[in-house]
Amino acid sequence: MNTDAKIVQRSIVGKGIAHDSAARHVAGEANYIDDMPELPGTLHAAFVLSPVAHGKLNGFDASEALAMAGVVGVWSAKDVPGHNEVGPIHTGETLFAENIVDHEGRVIAVVAARDFETAYRAAKKVKLDIEPLEAVLDIEDAHRRKNYVVPVQEVVDGDVDAALAGAPYVFSGKLKMGGQDHFYLETHIAYAIPGENGEMLVHSSTQHPTEVQHHVAGILGIHANAVECQVRRMGGGFGGKESQPTIIAGAAALIAAKTGKPCKMRLKRRDDMAGTGKRHDFVVNWKVGVDERGRILGLDAEYLARAGNLPDLTGPVITRALTHTDNSYHIPHARFVGHACKTNTVSNTAFRGFGGPQGIITIEAVIDTIARELKLEPNAVRAINYYGDDTGDTTPYGQKVDDNRLVEVTDAVLASADWQQRRAEIDAHNAANPIIRRGLAMMPVKFGISFNLTSLNQAGALVHVYLDGSIFLNHGGTEMGQGLFVKVAQVVAEVFQVELDMVRISSTATGKVPNTSATAASTGSDLNGMAAFKAATAIKARLTRVAAEHFDVEEEVIIYREGRVHADNRSVSFGELAKMAWAKRVQLSEAGHYATPKIHWDGKTMKGRPFFYFSYGAAVAEVAIDTLTGETRCLRADILQDVGSPLNPAIDLGQIEGAFVQGMGWVTCEELWWDKAGRLRTVGPSTYKIPGSRDVPPIFNVRILDNMPNREETVFRSKAIGEPPLMLGISIWLAIRDAIASIAGSVPQLDSPATPEAVLRSVREAKGKLNDS
Amino acid sequence: MSNSVRFFLNGQIHQASVRPDTTVLDWLRSAPRLTGTKEGCAEGDCGACSVLVGQIDGGEVRYHAANSCILAMGQIDGKALVTVEGLKTGELHPIQAAMAENGSSQCGFCTPGIVMSLAGLAAANPQADDEAIHDALAGNLCRCTGYRPIVEAARKVVAAGGATITGPHVAAFAQIEPQPLLSEGGAVFHQPASLNELLALRSEKPDAILLGGGTDLGVALADYHTDWNEVISLGSVRELRQIRETDNHLSFGAAVTWEEILAHVGGYYPSLATLIRRFGSTQIRSMGTIGGNIGTASPIGDGPPALIALGAEVELASLSGHRFLPLEDFFLDYRKTELRPNEVIASVSIPKPKEGQEFRVYKISKRYDQDISTVCGAFSIVREDGQVRSARIAFGGMAATPLRATEAEQVLVGTDFDERAANACADAIGARFKPLSDWRGSAEYRLQVASNLVERFRRDVAGETIEVMAL
Repeated sequence: MNTDAKIVQRSIVGKGIAHDSAARHVAGEANYIDDMPELPGTLHAAFVLSPVAHGKLNGFDASEALAMAGVVGVWSAKDVPGHNEVGPIHTGETLFAENIVDHEGRVIAVVAARDFETAYRAAKKVKLDIEPLEAVLDIEDAHRRKNYVVPVQEVVDGDVDAALAGAPYVFSGKLKMGGQDHFYLETHIAYAIPGENGEMLVHSSTQHPTEVQHHVAGILGIHANAVECQVRRMGGGFGGKESQPTIIAGAAALIAAKTGKPCKMRLKRRDDMAGTGKRHDFVVNWKVGVDERGRILGLDAEYLARAGNLPDLTGPVITRALTHTDNSYHIPHARFVGHACKTNTVSNTAFRGFGGPQGIITIEAVIDTIARELKLEPNAVRAINYYGDDTGDTTPYGQKVDDNRLVEVTDAVLASADWQQRRAEIDAHNAANPIIRRGLAMMPVKFGISFNLTSLNQAGALVHVYLDGSIFLNHGGTEMGQGLFVKVAQVVAEVFQVELDMVRISSTATGKVPNTSATAASTGSDLNGMAAFKAATAIKARLTRVAAEHFDVEEEVIIYREGRVHADNRSVSFGELAKMAWAKRVQLSEAGHYATPKIHWDGKTMKGRPFFYFSYGAAVAEVAIDTLTGETRCLRADILQDVGSPLNPAIDLGQIEGAFVQGMGWVTCEELWWDKAGRLRTVGPSTYKIPGSRDVPPIFNVRILDNMPNREETVFRSKAIGEPPLMLGISIWLAIRDAIASIAGSVPQLDSPATPEAVLRSVREAKGKLNDS
Repeated sequence: MSNSVRFFLNGQIHQASVRPDTTVLDWLRSAPRLTGTKEGCAEGDCGACSVLVGQIDGGEVRYHAANSCILAMGQIDGKALVTVEGLKTGELHPIQAAMAENGSSQCGFCTPGIVMSLAGLAAANPQADDEAIHDALAGNLCRCTGYRPIVEAARKVVAAGGATITGPHVAAFAQIEPQPLLSEGGAVFHQPASLNELLALRSEKPDAILLGGGTDLGVALADYHTDWNEVISLGSVRELRQIRETDNHLSFGAAVTWEEILAHVGGYYPSLATLIRRFGSTQIRSMGTIGGNIGTASPIGDGPPALIALGAEVELASLSGHRFLPLEDFFLDYRKTELRPNEVIASVSIPKPKEGQEFRVYKISKRYDQDISTVCGAFSIVREDGQVRSARIAFGGMAATPLRATEAEQVLVGTDFDERAANACADAIGARFKPLSDWRGSAEYRLQVASNLVERFRRDVAGETIEVMAL
């Protein structure tokens, strides 16, 4: 490990620098794929999607569509020259349905026309011959039928049956939690441009250019070296553009290959929402054994996840749910089981948190239940179960928690949120107000950073220094708004001690940095930042030798500062040094590669050290609920988040706030609703409600934990930030539970999302208990 | 024969030879390649396509934000269109600068639309408070930032006194007078200027689409689900644009927008103003009209239940004369109305408050802003010496049409509206309706909430703070 990270004077890293595209975003000058100038002859494509949830596909009649002016062709499974495959892990996940359609919105065929509107209209004119089959739409129904897409996974530690049998108290519960649509503002899009000799350039709105490259090659039956995938920026990703873009890019590339013309495919919002995956909804049944203080003795949890029609990423999503069921709590005896239930609904996929939210809301519901059953303060129950010297520091999957910051973050947020005084005020309010009830809750989050699958934890970067001292930076990470590009550029500028604008940020391209992992699992800056750091420091080492020779001093004397390279009181500009190095035939370009150290994971035993480190955070939320209508409002939220030594605190702050609000949406207003025929009826913002500006708590205090560098040697000792704060939004759901509990002092029966209807149902149930008692 | 759409595009007179039913968004992104304006949803709900539309109002040019995805080109004939590309005059507009400095964008895709909404606010309301900022943002979704830095950027610009929109002067609009007839590619778009012209056209072309703001009809257009081969646009009919106030009534021409109505009703019915502020978004309210809201006869429209409870009357006009109906009699069945093929809605008149009257309307939805009601309940009582003399109660979202709950009204009359009376009224509501279950709520929930709203109303008129958003 390079020690440079410690000795470099930090002048750029750690500063709150604006997003590199901010000025272009506001001026409408940041180009997304649909904004690129279209090449002459560009075709536009639209999918023919299944209107039924399950059926035998006997064929289709496209004659009416083909007769429309401007329509160029219709293609389906039989037209794929290579493999009809788009699965991120498994084979058998087809781009086009072959004999069976297995969810509403399933891709059957693709239509191309000379303009978008004609293609979209023509796709609706394709007559489908589908023989309906019985559809399995319910997770529990699929579980009863043992319909799964991947084998069951189990994290087992100790003897949970014995622990439950010997526990003074045993409580159990069932929690249903909804899925979530990503609702990135830019829908899926790809633009495929055929080149000479079978080459294909694909601009794709993807978090995973390498996967798009390889699947396009597979679909076309050509080598990966003939396909380049590029992405400058996405209009949001959130995991929705990790595995799904292959569907869109694959179809566009197929048409481009078949016609020899450039082909753009953009999904209308309704097609995007019906045809691509979402966060997995889960049902969990749990049973916990505790002592009289609420100390957990054993926890048995069985998860049923809605995979949808295909595995996609369901296996790893369940792994993360199982490895986050502990959240911050030491559980001496554990059995966490996850079933990947196959239903006739669109295949679910990655979504920020990736199973973590489902695991964490579960244990938080367990803790809340323990506290209310035993009439204990929920935070006291949390505290006695935190990982630590009094409890233990090994997770049920065998990783040691050796960077524990739970007490620091939770104590600090309780203090800054003025917990004790507000708790008393809220209790007094509730005693006096039968209609509007208030609730207050705190929760911690411990989130594991790294892909569970060890092999994905690698990255590459390419750095060139040009003769004028300007620097070109490329890496495998993609920019979806999270500020990765500016962070990695800061790392490179820091290494060379040049102005940030000397570092040119460029589109992610598989031809420049190959075989990359998806920009996902919060690892973007950890992996790509370190790869770029290694590339830059390698070039710097060579430049330092040149400078030492030039000034005739020891290398140790050479200092890089403010765009110049100094040896005592002499100096040259960075550009002059680059020219000198070139004249001495020194290489000014480097490909850096980074592989996260220390991690290992055994997928069979579900044991190991999957995570390089943990990120910690805590939140306090206050809500008001209306017991007549079930409407809720978050009045205040206080957040404290650990980001190590931040690369860019302004970017990190934006990630924390945005993730929290997205998490709030998941547990409150965002509801996916299927009708009895298995059709998703919430396929646009008129029916699917993500939070708006007024939903953000009017008092919203977000702080970053100060002066806490990562214990592990990450890039400049920073920590990942993309996902962890999303789970802090669960504090709002807990506060709603607290408000409901004030009615009868009972354990609220509340599912997620806590829509007005769900809240009113829970309120009525609580009032019923009050009347019974 | 063809007749192009004529308007100011970012300050310059522009003639677009395009079917008048092409959406402004599709047109902007095609030939002119003004790609700063984005398509996020094509149903007028996300705001990524927001533009500013300027027209002369009260002797000056006023701009309002609009959803270009559901706005037809014909609708901007005679107006000034400003896109994000036209906002910058050499340097960034103050709202652009504040957002760029403030971390207000992440992925940036919603950003141009947000810039336009806030630029509209900064020009129209330089004293905007936080509530006004949220009102301006209600039609813009951002999935990345959590909005805090966007709201802060807006606060900064407002604190600095707002900012104007650079565009054509009043006199320049004389060069682009709205044209009576637009026609291109087989689509015709009539813009009658007077009620007589309108009624003659309506009688001659009973199948032509009557277009108010197009906020409902435009959704199918944006989905390429329909074509508007013949449109009669109401926006230039001077009689339909009138707002009249007499001693006892407020009367709104059918083509008056909800944003304009909002400015007039707050003093009389604050609760109605609160409802209207939740009516779509600033973009939708600036386009959508009261006549359109009634004429489209949606069972979940928010205007009708409130207006029915207020005792509003609708004026229908044809060449053979005018007739007046209580609004509740206008709705016959699901999307079926009293409107005859030769008639138009001319105006809606609302009685001013009476002595002892209490009016409240409550909208229940999953999200406070820019959502469609699960249930909308409107209550009006007139009390004398504490006793209820008359009552009007109406609901949306509970039946195939907006519907009065007459039995529930009768239950209240003669009582002093105590808890017992409220319970009886709630029971009568429960017995009156058989709502549907859908994604907005189950039948059971709708019934429960509709009944519970009586208790909210009782406590509300007794002075209790009874809504979470009022905290």
